[in-house]
This record gives sequence, C-alpha cells and structure tokens, in this order.
Amino acid sequence: MTYKQRIDGRGFDETRPIEAKVGVIQRADGSAMFKIGNTWAYAAVYGPRNLHPKFLQDPQKGILRCNYNMMPFSSSGERVRPGGSRRSKEISFVTEKALLPVLNLDEYPNSVVDVFIELPQTEAGSRCAGICAASMALADAGLEMKDLVCAVSVGKVADKLLVDLDYSEESYPDGHVADIPIAVMPNSEKITLLQMDGEVKKEELMKLLEMGKKACMDIYEIQKKALKEKYHEVDV
Amino acid sequence: MYRELRIHIISLLNAGLRLDGRKLTEYRNPIEVKHGMIKTAEGSARVKIGETEVLVGIKMEVGEPYPDTPDEGTIIVGAELLPLSNPDFELGPPGIQAVELARVVDRGIRESKAIDFKKLCIKPGEKVWQLLIDMCPLNDAGNLLDASSLAALEALKDAKFPSFDGENVDYKQKTDKALPLEKLPIAVTVIKIGDKFIVDPDTEEEKAVDARLTVSSIENGTLCALQKGGDFPLTLSDIDKMIDIGIEKGKELRKYL
Repeated sequence: MTYKQRIDGRGFDETRPIEAKVGVIQRADGSAMFKIGNTWAYAAVYGPRNLHPKFLQDPQKGILRCNYNMMPFSSSGERVRPGGSRRSKEISFVTEKALLPVLNLDEYPNSVVDVFIELPQTEAGSRCAGICAASMALADAGLEMKDLVCAVSVGKVADKLLVDLDYSEESYPDGHVADIPIAVMPNSEKITLLQMDGEVKKEELMKLLEMGKKACMDIYEIQKKALKEKYHEVDV
Repeated sequence: MYRELRIHIISLLNAGLRLDGRKLTEYRNPIEVKHGMIKTAEGSARVKIGETEVLVGIKMEVGEPYPDTPDEGTIIVGAELLPLSNPDFELGPPGIQAVELARVVDRGIRESKAIDFKKLCIKPGEKVWQLLIDMCPLNDAGNLLDASSLAALEALKDAKFPSFDGENVDYKQKTDKALPLEKLPIAVTVIKIGDKFIVDPDTEEEKAVDARLTVSSIENGTLCALQKGGDFPLTLSDIDKMIDIGIEKGKELRKYL
C-alpha cells in the first residue's frame, strides 16, 4: 500500500501553514497565539505568583503548572464537554515536562508559573501547537529561559514518512498510521516530548526524528520572528 | 479592600470623568464584531470591546426534546471563565459568576423568543436540534457580560445547520440553512457607583460596583430580560434611569451586528 500524494498537496517533509503572534492577551504576564493549518492554540502565562494550595509549594524553587484545554466548540464532531478529560490531563502533564527543561525557576521558591493553553479550533497536532504557543508565551513573560521549545508531529502513513500529520492522515483508512508528537529544544537539539501511537521500525523512527528536528528549526524561526515583532527596535 | 479605589472613582465620576477618560455612558473603543473564524463550530463570533475579548462558538446536535415541549428545539448556554483570560480566574467547575453569565445570556435569547424553537423540531417528541452555545473569554478587561451577549448573537447569526440524513449528523458538511432567528436581544449592563450610572466598566471599575442592572432589549425597545446584581439596593427612580440607558445603549450596540 502506498500513500502517493498528501491530500492537501504538501511535500512529505512540509508542515501546514503557520501563523504566530505574541502578546495577544493583554491581562496575562505573557501570551501567544500559534496556528498550524486548522489547529489553533492560545497560551497565557501568569506568574511567578503565589502558589495555592500550599502543600504544592517547593521551598527550593518555583514550579511550572500547565493546563491544556479544548474549547467546547473546537472539535469537528460533537461538542467537547468542558471540565477536562483523562486525555487533557495527560497532555497537560507531558506539556509541563516538555517545557520545564528550558526554564530556571530556582529564583522563585514557593511560587508557581501557570501556563494556560486553550484551543478554539483543532484538527490534529493540538498538543504540539499548544507547546509552541506556550514556549513563546513564557518568553513573552520575560522568564529566564535556556532555549525555546518547538513541537511538531511526525509519523508514517502507509509507506510514507511525513511531518505534521493532519486529521485525514491521522485517520488514514487503509494502511498503518503512526503518530509521533515531538518537542525539541532547537539550540541543544534535545528532545523534551516524545510520544508514539502506531507501528514503526527503529530506523524509520530515527529518520522521523531527524525530519521532525528539521521542521522544528523552521518553527523556531517563526517563533523568533513573532517575538521580535512585538519587541521591535524603536528609533529614539 | 478597594475602598480607596472606590472613593477615587466616585470623585472622578462626580466631575463627569472616568479612569480612562471616557464619558459616563460611553463604551470603550474600538468595538469589533467578527464571525465565522472557527471552522469546527457551526457558528462562531469574536467580540472585542476595548481590550475585552470573547470567543463564542455554537455546536448543533440532534437530541430528544423536553417532555413538556415535545415540538421545540432547545438551547444550552455555557460560559467558562477561562483562567487564561484573567489572573483572578481559577480552574475548576463553573463558579457562580460563570453560571450567572451563562444564565443571563440564555434568558435574553430564550425569553425574547429570539429563535423560533418550533422550527428546530425534526420529529415531535423524538428528535429536535439542540444549540450548544459556549462563551469563552480570551481577555477579561471588564464587562464580559455585554461582550459575551453580543458575541452569542453574532454567532447565532453566523450559524449554519450541518447536514442530517435522519439518523446521523455529518459535521463535515454544512448546509446553507441559517437559524430561524426572529429577534436580536441586546444586553447592556448599567452600573451604579455612588449615585452615578455608567456602562461598560473596566477591571478597576468592576471592583467598585455598588449595583448593576443588565437590561436586554429587542429592536423596538421592548425589554426581554433583566438581571440585578451587586450588593446595594436600587430605588425605583434608579431602575427607571438605568433601563433608559440600557435601551438607548442597546440601540447603539445593535449597529455592530
């Protein structure tokens, strides 16, 4: 079985069109919007601020707390019930782990940095879009960071290795599908998120990770550009 | 806690001024009303009033009617005060603030008979359309109520039925059939601080509110829903003035739909 051409005509190593913007939520300490194809994420950062409940406080350093949430009308099927699911809890958790390595929260004992990720519209790749938005929002909040975090999904549809699966590819009717969301720290090239559903051989996986890293470098440029657009130089 | 702030706001109001330089019954600028940005929803809208920004989406499902209205469709309005939009909002089940917001918008639409619910009936007693209207603030810089209500109306205007073959809804295929909208009830929240009345409070002014009255009215000025809030009582003459302001400002907001 072969997958000859992508349904939307993209190259196999090409992402969907990306839009990114920083500073979209004025009340937040940092915020960003990241849109890839029809998947659309907002992230807002609040903090470092007091952490409640108190038993979560760490006297050595601040903690990062992420929350991923799909808006009720964000799925192409029926309404998503608000209030979180097992899926959204898990995504919140892996998002936290994906972002934590770039932060240094030693200066903020007993505090929390809250990251709220909201998705008004989704069509595959929502956790990656959320992570991209969140890392820009953290930078916008002025937190000390070693690097940004860029995320994209890679995978295999029938016999083809590809980047940034869309919904039709995730649910490709005949043939095996593997979906592998990854997050990369672009400067150290280290991986901070790696999940996989489906079947691939090890060699294929290693090749996919290389393809994903390359796509993340492009995303990194888009993120940097969006950040610079907000903090452009002014003539004095 | 906000005593000093309240005293400051009142002294400004007495001089005919507000913190951001507006007149007492002036909405923030710009007011922006857009629709159709969310492809996964059957109807959607985004409203900005000043820096306050709300996103509303409508999903449509086929379900059973309520036993007492077997030939009428239903609406369910939900509001989530997303912690993304305001540092004071927390995660968790909807609090009373969110419930009130949803209920006021719900009653505005329901009681004005904005929608001909009979036209949402597919088969009496068995199948009717349900409209699930969800309001999500992106940035709460004050007056979520009026912004959400306006966005809900714009989303209702934008909504198109998905195709339905008698058994299943195909969300991939939207028809060009719009909702049976009869009227558009606009909500205006009038605030009393001291003995002055204002509209469209910002975050600071909301902390100093004595009483508020949300006035929903339809095009000819008929009232269709009211909701009083705040800790202080209102006199009849207060209510008289507040309703006048609500109707007048409602006409102004209507132009944005």
